[in-house]
Amino acid sequence: MSTVSVSRPTFSPIHRLGALVLARIESVGDFSLFAIGVLGQLVSGRPRRRVLLETMYVVGVGSIPVVVVTGVFIGMVLAVQGYDSFHHLGMETRIGSVINVSLVKELGPVLAATMLAGRVGSAMAAELGTMRVTEQIDAIRALGANPVGQLVVPRFLACFLLIPVLTIVADTVGIVGGWLFSTQALDVNSHFYWAHSRAFVTAFDVATGLIKSVFFGGAIALVACYHGFHCRAGAKGVGRAATVSFVVSFVAILALDFFLGLLLNTSYRLAYPQLPSLL
Amino acid sequence: MLRNLTLSVRSGETLVVIGESGCGKSVTLKLMISLLDATSGEVHWEGHHVAGLSRAERDRHRLRFGYLFQNSALFDSFDVFENVAYGLRESGGRSEADIRAVVVERLEEVGLEAEICSKKPAELSGGMRKRVALARALALEPAVMLYDEPTTGLDPVMTGVINRLICQVRRRRSVTSVVVTHDLSTVRAVADRVVMLEPVSRLAPDEPQAIFSGTVAEAFASNDLRVAAFMQGGDASWEREAG
Repeated sequence: MSTVSVSRPTFSPIHRLGALVLARIESVGDFSLFAIGVLGQLVSGRPRRRVLLETMYVVGVGSIPVVVVTGVFIGMVLAVQGYDSFHHLGMETRIGSVINVSLVKELGPVLAATMLAGRVGSAMAAELGTMRVTEQIDAIRALGANPVGQLVVPRFLACFLLIPVLTIVADTVGIVGGWLFSTQALDVNSHFYWAHSRAFVTAFDVATGLIKSVFFGGAIALVACYHGFHCRAGAKGVGRAATVSFVVSFVAILALDFFLGLLLNTSYRLAYPQLPSLL
Repeated sequence: MLRNLTLSVRSGETLVVIGESGCGKSVTLKLMISLLDATSGEVHWEGHHVAGLSRAERDRHRLRFGYLFQNSALFDSFDVFENVAYGLRESGGRSEADIRAVVVERLEEVGLEAEICSKKPAELSGGMRKRVALARALALEPAVMLYDEPTTGLDPVMTGVINRLICQVRRRRSVTSVVVTHDLSTVRAVADRVVMLEPVSRLAPDEPQAIFSGTVAEAFASNDLRVAAFMQGGDASWEREAG
């Protein structure tokens, strides 16, 4: 009987650090190829209508309750936190402008995206991860179909198309929550509250929030599906895919928020140079 | 996982691949159907080098194969009908009535009634799941059937049913079959030829990975200790530990 002796090489911390960096670079490359593959499938094929509608229902209708509840509270929290400062200056009625600008430009889109990443993104990663470890994704390929087209494209489209709607819902209920608390609990005059809000909130502010939300939705779907498709074996692997999906999505949302905010503001100031620049 | 493996499958035969867990049996099947790409070496199908095929050609290549996965791999979110109909819908060109007729016919072929069409995979027993998965694999009339551990987790009665179905599919459809298994009753029941793989970690650098290839009778009578130990116990690892 033949035997083979294998000596294990020892690795220094520098080797391990290098391997870690290379693995991260490789995963970025993998993710880029995955995203390109999804975009290619978007162009070349149409998802099944039934699957797309089911996914849109889960992403859109299923997310509305949690977005409404969190949106209302965010609006009221902004009123509570901002009231004292404005009260000191005798400008309580201007609190509406701060609440509403904050909501439509930043908190509405980020809140809706965070809820989507937590509620839908993690579930997508877990579902696709389970399909991977139970060989259902291999079964799709064995039956001559493309799993990216079958599984990722409907999820991507649902997130991409419906997150602006969820953002509008979050904005609306947040504005209503802030107004209700300001006028009913803090005794701010309703007429001046809205008058100042109208003066400060522009169409550009609303558009900024909606444009950013579309990118958030695309990023959440790609990150969740990528981690589901590259899930490791077993229950632990599926759980890890769901967790990592949320963490990476959340970081991506904040990073995109910063860079898109910078880009959109700069573009706006280039188009309207008479406005004072922040940079 | 695999190294220095040369394996050929003859048209119309049932080849059974045996070996210890982790020796690369399932990987071999996935290389054949192009679910995995080899880092080196070549897989040929009817004279074509599989790795050289375009994506569309690979999709068509896969349709020549039916694949019964180890854990059935039925789609959880679909009912039995949609599972069996999946490949038919994807390949296109069939009316809903045609699809229904083919689904019912395939389910009957594996011994299942059309009444289970509306059931979800979670509502089925292990044996029924295997048979639904077999019906799904047969729906597109494959030329080659690949069975990955077809009787794992089944009781002896259901193991016998699956073994008979493998023989029946081969007899009625004249398909070439490759069966990966640990189960010696399956080896006895279905094999024309047996190939035993040895884990790469136990091989000398130049030793081929397929350490035995022959008929069932030759496998059981093998003078090679590794093959003999496997054929007696279904697992050769004890021999190695003792040796």
